[in-house]
Amino acid sequence: MTPTVAHFGKDLIGLEPLTGDQIRAILDTAEPFKEISERRIKKVPVLRGKTIVNLFFEPSTRTRISFEFAEKRLSADTVNIQTAGSSVVKGETLVDTARNLEAMRIDMVVMRHSASGAARFLAERIPSNVINAGDGSHEHPTQGLLDLLTIRDNLGKIEGAKVCIVGDILHSRVARSNIYGLIKLGAEVAVCGPPTLQPVGIEELGVHIFNRVEEAIEWADALNVLRLQLERMQSGYVPSLREYNRLWGISTARLEHAPKELLILHPGPMNRGVEIDSDVADGEHSVILDQVTNGVAVRMAVLYLLAGGAPEKAESAKGGAES
Amino acid sequence: MKKKTGAKAAARFADGAPILFRGGRVVDPSQSLDGVKDLLLVDGRVEALGKGLSAPDGARVVDCKGLVVMPGLIDVHVHLREPGGEHKETIQTGARAAAAGGFTAVGAMPNTDPPIDNPAAVAFVLAAGQRAGAARVYPLGCISVGQKGERLAEIGEMVAAGAVGITDDGHPVMDSGLMRLALEYAQIFGVPVADHPEDLGLSRGGAMNEGLVATRLGLHGKPNASEDVHILRDLIVAELTGGHIHLQHVSTRLGIDAIRQAKARGVRVTAEATPHHMLLTDEAVEGYRTEAKMNPPLRSRADVDAVIEGFRDGTLDVLATDHAPHHYDEKEQAFDDAPNGIVGLETALGLVHAHLVGPGVIDLSTMVERMSVSPAKAFNLPGGTLRKGSPADVTVMDPAHVWTIDADTFLSKSHNTPFNGWELAGRAVMTVVGGRVVWELE
Ligand SMILES: [Zn+2]
Repeated sequence: MTPTVAHFGKDLIGLEPLTGDQIRAILDTAEPFKEISERRIKKVPVLRGKTIVNLFFEPSTRTRISFEFAEKRLSADTVNIQTAGSSVVKGETLVDTARNLEAMRIDMVVMRHSASGAARFLAERIPSNVINAGDGSHEHPTQGLLDLLTIRDNLGKIEGAKVCIVGDILHSRVARSNIYGLIKLGAEVAVCGPPTLQPVGIEELGVHIFNRVEEAIEWADALNVLRLQLERMQSGYVPSLREYNRLWGISTARLEHAPKELLILHPGPMNRGVEIDSDVADGEHSVILDQVTNGVAVRMAVLYLLAGGAPEKAESAKGGAES
Repeated sequence: MKKKTGAKAAARFADGAPILFRGGRVVDPSQSLDGVKDLLLVDGRVEALGKGLSAPDGARVVDCKGLVVMPGLIDVHVHLREPGGEHKETIQTGARAAAAGGFTAVGAMPNTDPPIDNPAAVAFVLAAGQRAGAARVYPLGCISVGQKGERLAEIGEMVAAGAVGITDDGHPVMDSGLMRLALEYAQIFGVPVADHPEDLGLSRGGAMNEGLVATRLGLHGKPNASEDVHILRDLIVAELTGGHIHLQHVSTRLGIDAIRQAKARGVRVTAEATPHHMLLTDEAVEGYRTEAKMNPPLRSRADVDAVIEGFRDGTLDVLATDHAPHHYDEKEQAFDDAPNGIVGLETALGLVHAHLVGPGVIDLSTMVERMSVSPAKAFNLPGGTLRKGSPADVTVMDPAHVWTIDADTFLSKSHNTPFNGWELAGRAVMTVVGGRVVWELE
């Protein structure tokens, strides 16, 4: 098999180490997989015989289910391990987890963990492919990819698009993956939110900073609205949800001042009435459900490529529906 | 694991036999001395220093041609982990590691489990240190009972039992009122109050230096301000009380400026620089390398340059390693979960010699000043000089000895160092404590 630009290594830990061409190749590979989900029999034999563990140290229904659909539609055998709570569960360390997985000869591991760096930690210790499904505040690459795909689908292209990420950038892995991916594909990127939730040095990544959401709305083609974790209020980053909504919440009234129609993305799950009002979430510019659909396609593409598939063959790979 | 080197003691000569170091470059800034001389140790004391000394009967004669002979190195900031953390280090392994690194004395931090906050605990550390028979172990006692930062520990009783200073290291004294009491009270016993300067409010949740690297890695940062604010507070309270504040492991540019100004005003302050804060930036954390996780964290290039400058000009008058052993599986965790600290006793001399003396940032005399003379002065320890009659604590270094740091060969129980694999010129070849050879490079 000849490696192509799409073969980005053993693992997918983040978008930061990838090139623009590699990211484009993943998005292009996702296109044909979108269609599988529209079929009556939503299954192709691409990963038949492969075993995948979905290892979730943090509860996340939607990401896990999206991966699981992607895996099943590619005919992989999947096991879900969900361990809620802290990063070290009942004394078992990440090292032990890695050793156990290695002993079970798993082909791929999809991992969600509360500690930044956890995915890389695992990837350095096991021969299986590791897909980062979110590590602490670091990266959530498949979310970044599905956001890119959704923006590309709806705006026609990413290059030159102005995308503002609104909310808690400090703790957001979604924000980081979006920033890396968007900039590599030529978009202009801004962040907006409470100054207490903007990480130091973020502008050095090449993003603009807006403190007032009105400025962001005036500037942007698309808003990616982040979930405000309720514990941010308990730890004092924002005084109250009401005040957050009043200052940074995305409402129809605010969007009326936009000079152009804005695309609204949200990685979910939403706090309606906090970071986003229901009429916006359910409104005509919301592409939140497209994101969910694209999530499965993008994850199929990533699984397919990590398993050694060629992007140009994705079209034919999807051909052989299981009978 | 490879064979540990240097574990053998020099048994060929009777303990306590005189030792004559012949023809070495003797560097002793306590008497403004740098020149080729002989040094004679008799009965645990410096007997003579001069040219053409003759060896008494039964003396061991050490040919020191090409070697540097200096007053024994002193590290006033080490964590020996005993009691309570014996899987990381013991007083014995730590004292041996110190000797292997050329240190003849160490100051043991009291943040053990239980903490050294009473005279019996101080006596325990002292006795275990003597039993170790390697580097001298000087205990420090806690500032506050249980290091809780609430009320003063029995400082007078601990000093009487042998404590050479007090500190709550690991737990900064956040209550400025308590710091005032400590600085006032400790003065009558003639011991410094050592503080780990960190405002815990400003550093809350931080795992590394605040800045672009932390932002990219998705790790929470500790801003320089968390250290600056606390350094300023300590300096101001020291000025108020006239007490001696010893600032530990200083790592920030502004903090160093503040110390420099305070010294100019006559505030009684001494301060530490560590090798790692002079040789590594926060970029060493890249890849979530837990061996680069420490507190204070590795900082920016500008801060590293400021620490070097402060070390050069004497604002930071004491080199300290903050030797912090951790068991390997404690460090083999996600970055947020791994403990802070690195071992330093067996690498400090080589690092300082190769990376600061070698390129001419400081001269040998300044190195010995910062690693022996000043630490002895700051904590009123015997040693730090080769004057006639002083304790026979001597370090002999081969400045041309090129070696590669290999953590597997450390005498320390722990191997957590970010310097593994570094090639250095300069290594201790003999360490003598009280006239006894406690370590010798094979
Ligand atoms: Zn400390």
